[in-house]
Amino acid sequence: MSSLTLGPLLFHWTPARRRDFYARIADEAPVACVYLGEVVCSKREAWFSKDLPAIAERLRRAGKQVVFSTPALITTEREAAAVRARCDAGDLIEVNDLACVQLLQGHRFVAGPLLNVFNEGALAVLLRLGAVRIGVPVELPAAAIATLARHNSSGETEVFAFGRQPLAIAQRCYHARAHDLHKDDCRFVCGEDTDGLPATQLDGGPLLAVNGTQTLTHGHVVLLDALAGLAAAGVSHFRLSPHAIDMVAVATIYRAVLDGATAAEEGLARLREIAGSIAFINGYLRGQAGMNWRPARERGEALKTMPA
Amino acid sequence: MTDRYLELVCPAGTPAALRAAVDAGADSVYCGFRDSTNARNYPGLNFDPDELRAGVAYAHARGCRVFVAVNTFARAGDPGPWHRAIDAAADCGADAVILADLGALDYAARHHPGLRRHLSVQAAAASALAIRFYQEAFGISRVVLPRVLSVEDVAALIGKIDIEAEVFAFGSFGTMVEGRCFLSSYFTGRSPSCDGVCAPAEHVTYREEDGGLTVRLGAAMMNRFAPGEPGAYPTPCKGRFLARGRPTYLFDEPEALNVVSVLAPLKAAGVTALKIEGRQRGRAYVSKVVAAFRQILDRQAAGAPLPPDVAAELRALAEGGRETLGAYAKGWR
Repeated sequence: MSSLTLGPLLFHWTPARRRDFYARIADEAPVACVYLGEVVCSKREAWFSKDLPAIAERLRRAGKQVVFSTPALITTEREAAAVRARCDAGDLIEVNDLACVQLLQGHRFVAGPLLNVFNEGALAVLLRLGAVRIGVPVELPAAAIATLARHNSSGETEVFAFGRQPLAIAQRCYHARAHDLHKDDCRFVCGEDTDGLPATQLDGGPLLAVNGTQTLTHGHVVLLDALAGLAAAGVSHFRLSPHAIDMVAVATIYRAVLDGATAAEEGLARLREIAGSIAFINGYLRGQAGMNWRPARERGEALKTMPA
Repeated sequence: MTDRYLELVCPAGTPAALRAAVDAGADSVYCGFRDSTNARNYPGLNFDPDELRAGVAYAHARGCRVFVAVNTFARAGDPGPWHRAIDAAADCGADAVILADLGALDYAARHHPGLRRHLSVQAAAASALAIRFYQEAFGISRVVLPRVLSVEDVAALIGKIDIEAEVFAFGSFGTMVEGRCFLSSYFTGRSPSCDGVCAPAEHVTYREEDGGLTVRLGAAMMNRFAPGEPGAYPTPCKGRFLARGRPTYLFDEPEALNVVSVLAPLKAAGVTALKIEGRQRGRAYVSKVVAAFRQILDRQAAGAPLPPDVAAELRALAEGGRETLGAYAKGWR
């Protein structure tokens, strides 16, 4: 039986909004695991780090596994020290920069989707180092995911299944740049955009979203019609990335489709109802441009999940 | 190599470019095989094993080393081409392989322990911790540092590691952390990480419309140029987009990296080698850039002033005729 996870919140929400969000997730969302912690910009941590222990405790009381996500890019002593403290505390860590592995000293960890695990050779290295779950890169097509799942002796393979897909990370802050500011004096303008700042084509067509130093897809990846095929191919965990949309409702739809209680087409229709103007995408899974959207045309249309 | 001011590592996209770089004064050249195992997998470029063997012989006869980039991420279920590329580099007498993929690093360390392993910029090891991880796990001898560090960051980082550091000195550069950018595949389905291509030309279209020139990558408009405005290649991180209602080069302007003005601080920081980007460039470009850097480094070593005409020549060769220090400069972030 596959599980749903709630990925780390990628955006800079206010502390109050975070607390309310996770309280509701703890009480209502059918997710088995919640990732907490700042992945994008360590400057944001001071805003909410004091709330994390209580949030984690509440999620655990609700029966959820809690994993602490770590930065996509670790360059400063302060960032390394924060990760070291998290490792020393014995929490399960999601590694998003291999610098982390050096701090784990053999402890088990989750290999996050921002690591480049594109093939079974890289997978074997991470398993040897202590990975107990492998998040695969968002760029991978279904057949490659199936190949990795088949080789993954940890038994836990996670796919990014809902939300804006992370496409790139940088040192430069594009949010600050869009406001004519610099990263060192950013005024936390990224907090103005709960789902990221849209960047459109010059004619207004959809393009990308920026979130501080991170660049995301414009559309939200939606894999409802691929869940059954991926689960059959060995994917054990499906990640929902937090957005301003009602995430309890999103998780409920995904859970119902995973359980076979709701058909994928019906799940898509229900998601469409609550998604407003959000564009859906799924191109990467089909080996196409990531921004494409083509839902399964008919019931039972098979994805190419035969291992390569 | 110890009497060099800084080792000059130069691009060789073709056998002709390799000879041009060697002749112009490269200390080392780097190249790749003609497939998706290297990050410049463009039509008309790269080497087959016989060409590489001949290139190694040409370079070695002139005191120049050859590094082979096998720096993309192997396809799931199909690691053979990456393994064969590493085997072929060893067999052809290359002096090092430049690797990024954990699987490829593991293979090279196990099967070719005597072949030097350099960590590609595509691995994005931006901290001493990450570099020590690769050193302990795979015995790398050199790291090519990501283009996200300031000169001060570079100095602090090198102080904490005990392997060689190579930094980018000149040429095109993206603003995203290398090896971790999927923008190209978002628009085209093909990426630097897996296919060795960014914004492949077959996905680029130019069209005259609305009294200007519109350029698209896949279905997405990357820029629109007014009549007379200089155009630029639609690399996604150099595109012009609308953010907060304003047309803007959101990620970076079309411009080229040039570190000539910070050579002394980079040397003082403990940098071993300077890398010239540009395996996709022609022989004439390579010849000019390498010769200019050879002259600059030799002057620098002798404590002589830099000739102004050389600086001007480099500027003329820069993308869009514009130079930047990129992340090396404080405030770039």
